[in-house]
Amino acid sequence: MPTSEIAGSHDLALRHQFVNQEQQRDASSMGMWLFLVTEVMFFGGMFTAYLIYRHANPAAFMAGSLALSVEYGAFNTVVLIGSSLTMALAVRCAQLGQRKALVGWLIGTILLGATFLGVKAVEYHEKWENHHVPGPTFNFDTAKEESTKDHPEAQASSKSVEMYFSLYFAMTGMHALHMIIGIGLMSVLTWMSWRGTFGRDYFAPIEYAGLYWHFVDLVWIYLFPLLYLIGRRHTF
Amino acid sequence: MSIGHVSPIRTYILIWAALMLGTIITVAASMVDFPGPLNAVVALAIATVKATLVVLFFMHVKYISYKVNIIVIVSAVFWLFLLLGMVSIDYVGRAFS
Amino acid sequence: MSTAAAAPGSNYLTNGSSVSSWLLTKDHKRIALLYLLSVTFFFFIGGIFALLIRLELLTPQGDLLQADTYNKVFTMHGQVMVFFFLIPVVPAVLGNFLVPIMIGAKDLAFPRINLLSWYLYIVAGILMLWTLALGGVDTGWTFYTPLSSQFSRTNVVMAAVAVFINGFSSIFTGLNFIVTIHRMRAPGMTWNRLPLFIWAHYATSVIMVLGTPVIAITLLLVGFERMFHLGIFDPALGGDPLLFQHLFWFYSHPAVYIMILPSMGIVSELIACFSRKRIFGYSAVALSSIGIAVIGFLVWAHHMFVAGISLYAALVFSFLTYFVGVPSAIKVFNWTATMYKGAVTLTTPMIYAIGFLGLFTIGGLTGLFLAALGLDVHVTDTYFVVAHFHYVMVGGVVMAYLGGIHFWWPKITGRMYPEFWGKLSAMIGFVGFNLTFFPQFIVGYLGMPRRYWMYAPEFQVWNVLSTAGATVLAVGYLMPLVYLTWSLRYGPVVGDNPWGAVGLEWMTTSPPPTENFLEPPVVTWEAYDYEHIKEVPVAY
Repeated sequence: MPTSEIAGSHDLALRHQFVNQEQQRDASSMGMWLFLVTEVMFFGGMFTAYLIYRHANPAAFMAGSLALSVEYGAFNTVVLIGSSLTMALAVRCAQLGQRKALVGWLIGTILLGATFLGVKAVEYHEKWENHHVPGPTFNFDTAKEESTKDHPEAQASSKSVEMYFSLYFAMTGMHALHMIIGIGLMSVLTWMSWRGTFGRDYFAPIEYAGLYWHFVDLVWIYLFPLLYLIGRRHTF
Repeated sequence: MSIGHVSPIRTYILIWAALMLGTIITVAASMVDFPGPLNAVVALAIATVKATLVVLFFMHVKYISYKVNIIVIVSAVFWLFLLLGMVSIDYVGRAFS
Repeated sequence: MSTAAAAPGSNYLTNGSSVSSWLLTKDHKRIALLYLLSVTFFFFIGGIFALLIRLELLTPQGDLLQADTYNKVFTMHGQVMVFFFLIPVVPAVLGNFLVPIMIGAKDLAFPRINLLSWYLYIVAGILMLWTLALGGVDTGWTFYTPLSSQFSRTNVVMAAVAVFINGFSSIFTGLNFIVTIHRMRAPGMTWNRLPLFIWAHYATSVIMVLGTPVIAITLLLVGFERMFHLGIFDPALGGDPLLFQHLFWFYSHPAVYIMILPSMGIVSELIACFSRKRIFGYSAVALSSIGIAVIGFLVWAHHMFVAGISLYAALVFSFLTYFVGVPSAIKVFNWTATMYKGAVTLTTPMIYAIGFLGLFTIGGLTGLFLAALGLDVHVTDTYFVVAHFHYVMVGGVVMAYLGGIHFWWPKITGRMYPEFWGKLSAMIGFVGFNLTFFPQFIVGYLGMPRRYWMYAPEFQVWNVLSTAGATVLAVGYLMPLVYLTWSLRYGPVVGDNPWGAVGLEWMTTSPPPTENFLEPPVVTWEAYDYEHIKEVPVAY
């Protein structure tokens, strides 16, 4: 085993099962990408359900889309894209060994993530008030709802709109859960960065947290048009 | 240890601006009536462009050092479409029977 | 994170004896042994349920179990056996032990994730046992909706959470193997020189990584429906129970290849070694593993032919199902060709391997019956299906697993098992297995439906035969448990390579040192180079 006294900081972070740094870096980055593959397939199950049910009942999906607030959705998209920028800059600072700036960008990412979740909470709360949360209290009369009563194409049974909202809550809920996990992860990393754990020789955790965060952003980049936008004009 | 590719800050700002622009266009496009399925096509096309930018630049796939990872990423997309496509066979078939 | 340097002459078993040196170990070989113990435990739990099923079916009346209890018993038999035995058994035990050694690495790429994977398995296992203690689940192992999402009054959510967590264990194992095989191979260990065991595990890992997340989200959605009324599969909201089946089988059909592929890897090793020949058609066998993994993802709806899917989809999936028979057949033919004119020695592992060949062939061919749309209508949900998948799962997986355990036992423990008892148990297992499950083909073809606690009296003779066979089979499985345990203490100490086998695992000591090799190996020879081995040392 290479010992730290002799090898210095160069081999500090080399784990015993690897031959050299290059092997370790390739292995860990491949591991992270494979993990993201599992995430793609995880959300893929819900996207499949969305595809099938949207085609089975386009009117209900139009009604559901119209009941969502594009303002909240667009604002959150902007917030999340901003957090991807701060995250990318955090990784850059980690690469360059800029400790304070790294901490700053991480905190910025956390704050933007929290803003997203805050808006999401307000949205969920409104849905709850309007009885748009699936379950015994769910009620959505497309002929009477403010958002749908003027859209003849968006007339559907309350039950079928409940399916739209089941998907809405499942998809955005799992997305929000991933954000919460990401914020938790990022908080630990901020603390570690502050203490100087990372430097030019060792910043893989920041890099992989970045990949995870960008992936969560990617999911939202699709969720936003699928849930908020494409049902608004047509029942196709 | 090699620190990998360091993008200039300008690149990140440019990508961010492109993503913002994409968001504005996609919201604007949703206010327009396109014929047939085009609203969905436009929205998903813009989302895919945005996603590609994030993957290539924010996730550094453009500069990835271990090329096997590109196979990993492509297979994720491929299998996602396999799931969507193979399940759809049944539902498309039911529409014809 | 460095392991304490091993003292000369010490091995992974002697490197620390405290409880924490086992429970907190990051050594893939010790983790493999942790898995060996836990997987064996769950095998016997699942076996107890199998025994209850067979006892109930001894008579046509429901005299031992009530209908509700019987539903729970076959459900728990399926869930424990599928998720806690068949899926992890070969990869997590033999794969964990052998993958790094066979490619000349010191460990898997992520030893801590490997340990985490075992702990997730244990947490999931405890949840499953807890579900059992609270009365079990009655949905069948398949969790079909709307029974599981709305009507079942049992602890479906807890069982689903157990399977969900166990899925993470499986994903982490697969992820670890893929990265390890890609990036940790010793110098000279090219893809064309990899043992077929490694190819098989690579293909398995691909399925684990791509498929498992889909069943995870599917079961989560069932849980959401039960807990939060998110009715994704609720017919009242326009939800389609068939969509559940599609998503479920998108994973669960490839999952049968998660079970069988590693076993095929074992069989390739055994047949090459005991025929003293390079495996016939090495590349074809290697690529057929990948072929099975890929085509295996395209066939799932053959589980749903009579469930109401469109006829057009049924045609497509039936056609593709025949296709998956091609790579499986390639393997069987190549194994047979390897044995042809080989110097075959009938050791215990080889008897298991030949048993595997016969039973897997029957299991595979009856799979083609089931892929045929017309015939499938007749035998769907009968004992014919039960017999078919037990021929693949038990006749295939368990036979190969036991063969592998015997083959690598001297490597794992440094001691040899008693050969006489080994051969005897292999043959008793083979006879017991056929006696148990062949009658089920007949009684299923005659029309006996599965999943009922009662049956028409004219089927009794076949069921009595089957139950009698199950008793024999149980003896065949209990015997290795006894003599393998016995051999830990009393088995003769054998050298590093008692079989005269090729492969890196036989070039290190038995048991291997913690870092696997005293000198990092460099590979300069092709796989299965039996022709060029001058002498064949037989050390026992």
